[in-house]
Amino acid sequence: MATALAKAADATTSVEYAARIEHVSKSFTTPAGRQLVLDDITLDVAPGEFVTLLGASGCGKSTLLNLVAGLDQPSAGGISTDGRPALMFQEHALFPWLTAGKNIELALKLRGVAKAERRTKAEELLALVRLEGAYGKRVHELSGGMRQRVALARALAQDSKLLLMDEPFAALDAITRDVLHDELTRIWRETSVSVLFVTHNVREAVRLAERVVLLSSRPGRIAHEWTVDIPQPRRIEDSAVAELSVEITEQLRGEIRRHGQH
Amino acid sequence: MALVLVVWQVLVWAKVTDSYKLPAPSAVWDEVSEAWRQGTFLEYIWTSVSRGLLGFLMALVIGTPLGLLVARVKFVRAAIGPILSGLQSLPSVAWVPPAVLWLGLNDSMMYAVILLGAVPSIANGLVSGVDQVPPLYLRAGRTLGATGLRGTWHIVIPAALPGYLAGLKQGWAFSWRSLMAAEIIASSPDLGIGLGQLLENGRTANSMSMVFLAILLILIVGIAIDLLIFSPLERRVLRSRGLLVTH
Repeated sequence: MATALAKAADATTSVEYAARIEHVSKSFTTPAGRQLVLDDITLDVAPGEFVTLLGASGCGKSTLLNLVAGLDQPSAGGISTDGRPALMFQEHALFPWLTAGKNIELALKLRGVAKAERRTKAEELLALVRLEGAYGKRVHELSGGMRQRVALARALAQDSKLLLMDEPFAALDAITRDVLHDELTRIWRETSVSVLFVTHNVREAVRLAERVVLLSSRPGRIAHEWTVDIPQPRRIEDSAVAELSVEITEQLRGEIRRHGQH
Repeated sequence: MALVLVVWQVLVWAKVTDSYKLPAPSAVWDEVSEAWRQGTFLEYIWTSVSRGLLGFLMALVIGTPLGLLVARVKFVRAAIGPILSGLQSLPSVAWVPPAVLWLGLNDSMMYAVILLGAVPSIANGLVSGVDQVPPLYLRAGRTLGATGLRGTWHIVIPAALPGYLAGLKQGWAFSWRSLMAAEIIASSPDLGIGLGQLLENGRTANSMSMVFLAILLILIVGIAIDLLIFSPLERRVLRSRGLLVTH
C-alpha cells in the first residue's frame, strides 16, 4: 500500500514527457497582414523518444522548434519541457574564436561544470562523436561532417533531457549524412536523450525516428503520424524504410498539392 | 624608402628651391646626431609616445564600455549613438582651443584632446563589430545559456573582436594625430618637448632640417606602433578564425 502511494506520488511529481506542446499557434505580422504559421499543434515527446517532424519547406517546422527551444514565444497555447533543451542547427554554429574542445567546454562551463572536470568531459564527448584528437582543432580546420559532430558534442555537453535538431545534416553530402545517421542512432541509444528532429527528407525521417509527425503547410498543422517499428539499427536503403517512405511521401505530396504553394 | 631618399637628394642637387626650404638629407641627419649627442633625441620621442600611449589606454578604458552600452542598450544608442558618429567626423584639432581654455596649458589638456579624438573611434568600432555579429551565434549562445552579461562576455565580445580591433587601430591613429595637433598648438615650457613641439620649435627657429626631422619621427612612430602592436594582433585574431589567407 505504502509503495503504491509512493509510486503514485512519484508519477505526479516526475515529468512524464521531455516536451509537451499544447494547442500551440504562432502567427507573424507581415506587410501583407497577420500570417498564421502554426495552427493548434499538440504534440508530446516522451522521455527517450526519437520523433521526427517532417514537412515541406516553409511549413513552420523550424518555427515550432524555436518555440520549443524558448527562442521565441507562441502566440497561443503552451509549451513545457523537462529542463532547458539543447538545440543543433543546420549550420554548425560553432564559435570560430574557440577550438573544437573549447566550444564544448563553454557549454559545460555555462551549465556550471567545475573547471577541473571540463577538459576530461570535453574529451569524452569528442570520443563519443568519434573525434578523438580534435580537441585543439580550429573550426575552420574541420570538414563539414566533423563540424556537425563537434556541434552534436557541444549540444550533448548541455546534458539536456531533450535534444532539438533543425535539419542538422541537410547541408552535408549523402555519404557523410549516412554515417552521421548511424552515429546519431548509436548516441541516442547510448544516452537516454529524447530527440525532436526536424527535416524535409522523408527517408531521413523514417531512417531515424520512432515516430514521424507530418506537418501540413500554411498554416502548419499536424496532418498525420506514423509509428516506425522497424528495428534499429536501420539502413536508409532498407526495404522497410523505403516502403514506409513511399507511403509518407504520398501523403506529403497530397499536403503540398492541397495548398498549391510549391 | 631608398627611392624617397634618392629623389630627395636629386632635388637638393638640382637646386629646385632654396636650401632653407628644402634641407639636404645630410642636414637632417646632422640634426639627428646633434639631438642624439645632447641626449634629447629619445626624450622627444618618449615624451610624445608615452603621452600618446597613455592617452590611448585611457580612451580604450572609456571607449570600450561606452561602445558596448551603445551597441547593446537601445535607448543609449538612440541617445548618444549619433553624437558618437558625429564626433568621429570632427577633426580633433578643433578641441585644442577649448581644451586649453578649460584645462590650461598642461598634460590634462593633451589627454582631453586625445580622448575626444580616440574614444569615438574605439566606441564606434566596437558598435559596428557588435552589429556584425551573426545572429546565429547569438541564438546558439542563448540555447547554451549565455544570456545577459554572460552572453556579452562569452559570445558578443569575442564575436565582435575583429571589428573592435579595427576600431582600436583607428583609435590609435586618432590618438596620435590629436596629440600632435595639441602639441603643435599648445606649447609651453612646462610641457616638455615632444615631437609636436619640436616641429613648432623648428618653425619658429626657421630650421627646416628640424621641421623635417620632427615630421619624419611623427610618421615613423605612428607607423611603428601600428606595425608592432596592432597589425600582429589583428593578424593573430584573423588567422585563428581562418579569415586570413596565408600563402
